[in-house]
Amino acid sequence: MTAGLIGKKVGMTQIFSEDGVSIPVTVIEAGPCFIIQKKSMDKDGYSAVQLGFEKKEKNVLKPEAGHFKAAGKGIYRRLKEFRVSDADLGALNLGDELKADLFKVGEKVKITGFTKGRGFTGVVKRWNFSGGCDAHGSKFHRKGGSVGQNVHPGKIWKGKHMAGRYGNEQVTVKNLEVVKIYPEKNLILVKGAVPGAAGGVVYIKRSK
Amino acid sequence: MTSPIIAELERKQMRADHYHIKPGDKVSVHTRIIEGDKQRIQIFTGDVIAIKNGRANNRTTITVRKFSSGFGVERIFPLHSPLIEKVELVNRGIVNRGKLYYQRDRRGNAAKIKVKTSW
Repeated sequence: MTAGLIGKKVGMTQIFSEDGVSIPVTVIEAGPCFIIQKKSMDKDGYSAVQLGFEKKEKNVLKPEAGHFKAAGKGIYRRLKEFRVSDADLGALNLGDELKADLFKVGEKVKITGFTKGRGFTGVVKRWNFSGGCDAHGSKFHRKGGSVGQNVHPGKIWKGKHMAGRYGNEQVTVKNLEVVKIYPEKNLILVKGAVPGAAGGVVYIKRSK
Repeated sequence: MTSPIIAELERKQMRADHYHIKPGDKVSVHTRIIEGDKQRIQIFTGDVIAIKNGRANNRTTITVRKFSSGFGVERIFPLHSPLIEKVELVNRGIVNRGKLYYQRDRRGNAAKIKVKTSW
């Protein structure tokens, strides 16, 4: 069986468990995804399926339309490959639909998304530098401070924590518990937070 | 803006039996307490002094205040929790505010909320 789905983060809410504990959950609209392409061991050197998510109807380019032709399920905006074992690949066919019921309640999943872009940020926000006093005559507020020594090493080390673009990077959160599934609406509710803004694309895989 | 998908999920979790509770009401909250494999009902009776987190979702809480052996005691109940057996309306009160935090500065007769005779 494929180990993943493409989804869209809807947002967060809370639900009550049967014993009255309120659980913070992220709602993900997962699927329906369709198998667009199969990568096989003999042809590509590895086995995987390429899934498509979110139908695209306007501004379709000819080469793009050609790529989706074999599957015959229309053209999709989001494509992502998921590795499957060689044995499982045989059971999957082009155009197969994968839905939220791929996962079970209680299962652990890992979710990959892109964090919210924060633009050019200082070191306090980006690297959790502590900064200085705001008052008491302090002239050192939110600066980074010294970046190195003098003659030795005589340079600034690569990777030195400084101000710069922060966010909009791929982050994976592991071992999130699936709390509830609504297969008819393709909704998956996982316990806890998921990277990215509401409406952002996330990839859901089964935790090993 | 809440997404319509989340709004619907929250609506499904909401209980239909508590919508009428208002600030100033005297209520008896029946809570199910689970001790090991035994269950019992605990009743907390007092005035509703605040309703928080909005009424159109499943996160609504009510703050109930009462005097217990001379001390003011407040408990916050999640209104839509499955552990709440029922919220019984004892009587309605006449109040001019949504949040009755002024009750915390009052003792004895001054802390009494006028009872609505008909509602």
